[in-house]
Amino acid sequence: MEQRTASILVVDDEFSVRDSLTSWFKKDGYDVRAVDSAAAALQALEQRKFDVGVFDIKMPGMDGIELQDRVHRIDPQMAVIMLTAFASVETAVQALKQGAFDYVTKPIDPDELSHLVQRAIERRRLGEANQQLRATIDELTEAADGAIVGESPAIRKVLALVADVARTEATVLIRGESGTGKELIARAIHAQSSRRYFPIIPVNCGSLPEDLLESELFGHERGAFTGARQRRKGRIEMADGGTLFLDEVGSIPLRMQVDLLRTLETREFTRVGGARPIKSDYRPICATNEDLGRAVAEGRFREDFYYRIDVFPIDVPPLRDRRTDIPLLVRHFVEQFAERMGKPVEGVTDEAMEQLQAWSWPGNVRELSNAIERAMVVASPPRICAGDLPLRRAAPAAAPCGDSLAEVEKRHVLAVLERTGWNITRAAELLEVDRVTVYNKIRKYGLAQK
Amino acid sequence: MPVLQLVPILSGPVGGLVEPLGRRLATVFGMPVEVAATPIDVEVAYDGVRGQYNSRSLLAQLLAHAPKAATRILGLTGVDLYVPVLTFVFGEAELDGRAALVSSFLLDNELYGLPADGALLFERLVKEAVHELGHTFGLVHCHRDTCVMTSSTYVEGIDLKSVEFCDRCLRAVRQKRARLGA
Repeated sequence: MEQRTASILVVDDEFSVRDSLTSWFKKDGYDVRAVDSAAAALQALEQRKFDVGVFDIKMPGMDGIELQDRVHRIDPQMAVIMLTAFASVETAVQALKQGAFDYVTKPIDPDELSHLVQRAIERRRLGEANQQLRATIDELTEAADGAIVGESPAIRKVLALVADVARTEATVLIRGESGTGKELIARAIHAQSSRRYFPIIPVNCGSLPEDLLESELFGHERGAFTGARQRRKGRIEMADGGTLFLDEVGSIPLRMQVDLLRTLETREFTRVGGARPIKSDYRPICATNEDLGRAVAEGRFREDFYYRIDVFPIDVPPLRDRRTDIPLLVRHFVEQFAERMGKPVEGVTDEAMEQLQAWSWPGNVRELSNAIERAMVVASPPRICAGDLPLRRAAPAAAPCGDSLAEVEKRHVLAVLERTGWNITRAAELLEVDRVTVYNKIRKYGLAQK
Repeated sequence: MPVLQLVPILSGPVGGLVEPLGRRLATVFGMPVEVAATPIDVEVAYDGVRGQYNSRSLLAQLLAHAPKAATRILGLTGVDLYVPVLTFVFGEAELDGRAALVSSFLLDNELYGLPADGALLFERLVKEAVHELGHTFGLVHCHRDTCVMTSSTYVEGIDLKSVEFCDRCLRAVRQKRARLGA
């Protein structure tokens, strides 16, 4: 993509300087405007912006330094180069202190001038790009704040806690059943924190086997294990400056809890196969759907690690405890899917809403979202009817017969997943296996949510 | 019929280069080149404090004496040129105008304590003459490293670029020349 022509405002009371600089810059392809006084420069800036200003320091009336001050109040990103007839260190230092990009003594070496202007333009463009990125991040973070839908006292209490803790650096432990929106809460904390211009790095600790989780978190050096062909950054390193969101923290193996405890305390870690300690300045937010206190009592979770992460707990209520939010959530999801699917569905019938409010929602908001999405597919606009909702409990599946043992297992796992609305934790409970096993079965049989 | 007028100013060491330079420029720009003995007063352009000659002043004289028939005028000199805000220039031109000026002063190896190299001096002079005349055809500095319109702010930079216009600059020169009736 070709960049727009950079613009330069030359301000000098000497005609010969204005004339020669204009001629020089025009031949370099810049869009140049030259004026003879600070007042004329301010007038020009009322009409348009310039990327770079080249100001003479000594001018009758307002001098270059005062002009720079006034200009930066109008356009803080404008890169100003000061021209001085004499190498006066005091004046130059004053100009630089007040935000000048650089200063040069007249006459200027053409090579120096060309490079200086190029660097000033790059600085201006980087500043603009940075400003645009920040604006985009602010918009995205506002969207993250708005992603939590609800007006019930229960959710309001959660949002108040989010606002309080976001301003601090405290480690947060978000507790709640699966599907209650723990990751959205983590993202809202990050979005309202001073770390929002850095990334939030989520890690689902329950979905990875131990050795993979270790490499995912800490990264690895080349040759650390078979297949480690090159050095790879871990999630902890990637979260430098931002937030590390450890989801399903209850699934972290005991051995790794020791390593994580150490990095949580020192913000230092070593890559797998590495010896050099690496620093990463991250804020940890953990989430769990388990009773970690019980896990500690049963010896499945380290007590010291538990106390290290349970600094500021936030309990996210299950949907059945905030039923007054269901109409709001339904409207939110209907609008979201209507736009995504391009289907003019405007809402649900009264009967459908009654059913939605009566349902127990074991899979919480995620289950509600899935139910609305599926209903939207079959619904006839403008409203979703009760019959469109997939809320009837699945009839016990007919015993699979024939086929291989693998086929039986595949059908059974799929049936359980569908019955639980693809809630992995619930499916793992019903199947009496751990979550990693469920993920492994999904991968093995290529199962996918319809 | 467009004509390029070549004006030797204080010819000195560049005297012998006028004719060959004229031939090269005629080829590059596809225009006849006439050498003119225009009376230019270099002392008017001299700055005693700097010990250099103001190229803007010389350019103004070239324009003042230029006959109407001259489509483009190139002054050729051997003096040390400057513009008020810069320490030196190799040459000067009116962007999208009629007049240009080029000096051999800073192109000479001997100035830098190196053995004289007449061929290299001539090649540098041709490049800078083509470059400055390129500006009179409305061309600004080109970002293609080898194009003659690349900005050179030191003498070795002139050696790095070629004497040719890149395709884009050449197209612009041809279009401009066509409008001049060549």
